[in-house]
Amino acid sequence: MSETKTKASELDSGKREGDDRTFTINFGPQHPAAHGVLRLVLELDGEVVERVDPHIGLLHRGTEKLIEHKTYLQALPYFDRLDYVAPMNQEHAYSLTVEKLLGITVPRRAQLIRILYSEIGRLLSHLLNVTTQAMDVGALTPPLWGFEEREKLMVFYERASGSRMHAAFVRPGGVHQDLPPKLIDDIYAFCDPFLKVCDDIETLLTNSRIFKQRNVDIGVISQEDAWAYGFTGVMVRGSGAAWDLRKSQPYECYDELEFDIPVGKNGDCYDRYLCRMEEMRQSVDLIKQCCDLLATTPGPVTVDNHKMVPPRRAKMKGSMESLIHHFKLYTEGYHVPKGEAYVPVEAPKGEFGVYIVSHGTNKPYRCKIRAPSFPHLAALDFLCRGHMLADVSAVIGSIDIVFGEIDR
Amino acid sequence: MDQALNKLGAYLAKKLGPKQTSFQVSLGELTIEVKRDSIPDVIAFLRDDVRCRFGCLIDICGVDYPERDERFDVVYHLLSPWLNHRIRVRTTARAETPVPSIVELFPAANWFEREAYDLYGILFEGHPDLRRLLTDYGFQGHPLRKDFPLTGFVELRYDDEQKRVVYEPVKLMQEFRSFDFLSPWEGMNTAIPGDEKAGEAPDRKGDS
Repeated sequence: MSETKTKASELDSGKREGDDRTFTINFGPQHPAAHGVLRLVLELDGEVVERVDPHIGLLHRGTEKLIEHKTYLQALPYFDRLDYVAPMNQEHAYSLTVEKLLGITVPRRAQLIRILYSEIGRLLSHLLNVTTQAMDVGALTPPLWGFEEREKLMVFYERASGSRMHAAFVRPGGVHQDLPPKLIDDIYAFCDPFLKVCDDIETLLTNSRIFKQRNVDIGVISQEDAWAYGFTGVMVRGSGAAWDLRKSQPYECYDELEFDIPVGKNGDCYDRYLCRMEEMRQSVDLIKQCCDLLATTPGPVTVDNHKMVPPRRAKMKGSMESLIHHFKLYTEGYHVPKGEAYVPVEAPKGEFGVYIVSHGTNKPYRCKIRAPSFPHLAALDFLCRGHMLADVSAVIGSIDIVFGEIDR
Repeated sequence: MDQALNKLGAYLAKKLGPKQTSFQVSLGELTIEVKRDSIPDVIAFLRDDVRCRFGCLIDICGVDYPERDERFDVVYHLLSPWLNHRIRVRTTARAETPVPSIVELFPAANWFEREAYDLYGILFEGHPDLRRLLTDYGFQGHPLRKDFPLTGFVELRYDDEQKRVVYEPVKLMQEFRSFDFLSPWEGMNTAIPGDEKAGEAPDRKGDS
């Protein structure tokens, strides 16, 4: 190595004394380890990363601008398209914000259905993340096993809403439709075999020498730094903070359900992986509890107010009033009182919050979407500095980014 | 809940003095309004004070009110994971008057401020690297301003003759339609002509 250096200077490579030896490479925007459309400009000293400059916005669709031009109901489907691996968690945050402004609480059955599908969303997201993180560091089997389970979960989405991903199911005022009993039974039946698959995936990864070598002590962040960088969710729990909005600021009826919050110790990629694995098991537990409770909780799944929730189609055939309501709701939409609200939920990736400023009309004046991955990716420079080039993809895998919500 | 927030608001009013212009609690959320120049002081106080400990910067965003003299609101959301409460800090700015940056206090502010600059054109004084973040390379204008049209100004397509992507002014096949749905339907609080007779009418049955 030193020999080539001297040779190069003899031949006059153009380098002068004092020139830094860093060189810049471009990573992405189309790269399998970029998890979407991420462009990184990496400054390297040999193989050591000196600086990372993420260029984002390649998937920017102007969601916030579009929402300002839509009624409250029309704005809802945009939320499916943010974090598209766990769509209903986003809808949930938006619905809760609108409901807070309107001052309504949804019926208990609707709350349980929302929790049930939020937890399914968590499984969907963690399955994707854990397995693709494994793929980023070289393992091929976990994604195959994980995606098989994701397929089953997306069928549950489809059976509830008619769509595998872009569900538009959780709406302000409740959920769109009630679940058929057979679907709840099938979701329950899915749970126990799924735990077995979790175990199987863990046998491939948790004690795997290669997986540990690539993840332990990589991308370490202390708890203080994690908070200062605006981290939430698994990213702070991996660093040892016992913080979960479902416990600390409970929404819906999470405070009545039993579950535990896994917390890591070292704040590295490996601890975050372990947290996600355990969270999946806790989610399965929550899904089971919800299924049990749904069996004993009959009742409506929307608020009983047809100024907000459209009437049943059958009713529209006979009632003029219902027909008028339906027409008005799908043209003008409902009005939301003047005010502002910020409501966060514990999305799989961290705190997903929606901030709405309402001026009392049928459209939001401003809707800011606080995506959890956004500050996580912003800290990539901090996490990767001093690591090797190959570790960048391991860190990207473990911070769990999805470009739908970062670019908005 | 509201009581605790009212107490915290009054405490902040006492401690921050003239830097804070007002506070209100609505919908269980505390909002304080702050003078623009004292933003770093206030945020630092909120971060370090033992009764606040807002150690996590959740969000920074802009809101545009083009009819106002200081047209932008800059809204900061902070969270205290140790004391489990939240606060919203609001200040105002013009397009020409920069807001002091808080990157020194919270590294998370870096991208949030870049985003607010990109989408609204709000300037942040002391930001180390105030570049555009979300929009295209070479983008003109600030898309979330209310006077920026929804359809934008330019569209791009791949030109097969030039073998590259070209930008062109937006051509709409049909004029962009924006419907005014603000009818005097229920939900509006304005008086509808004829409402004053409501009390006199005979009781109607059925409809609800």
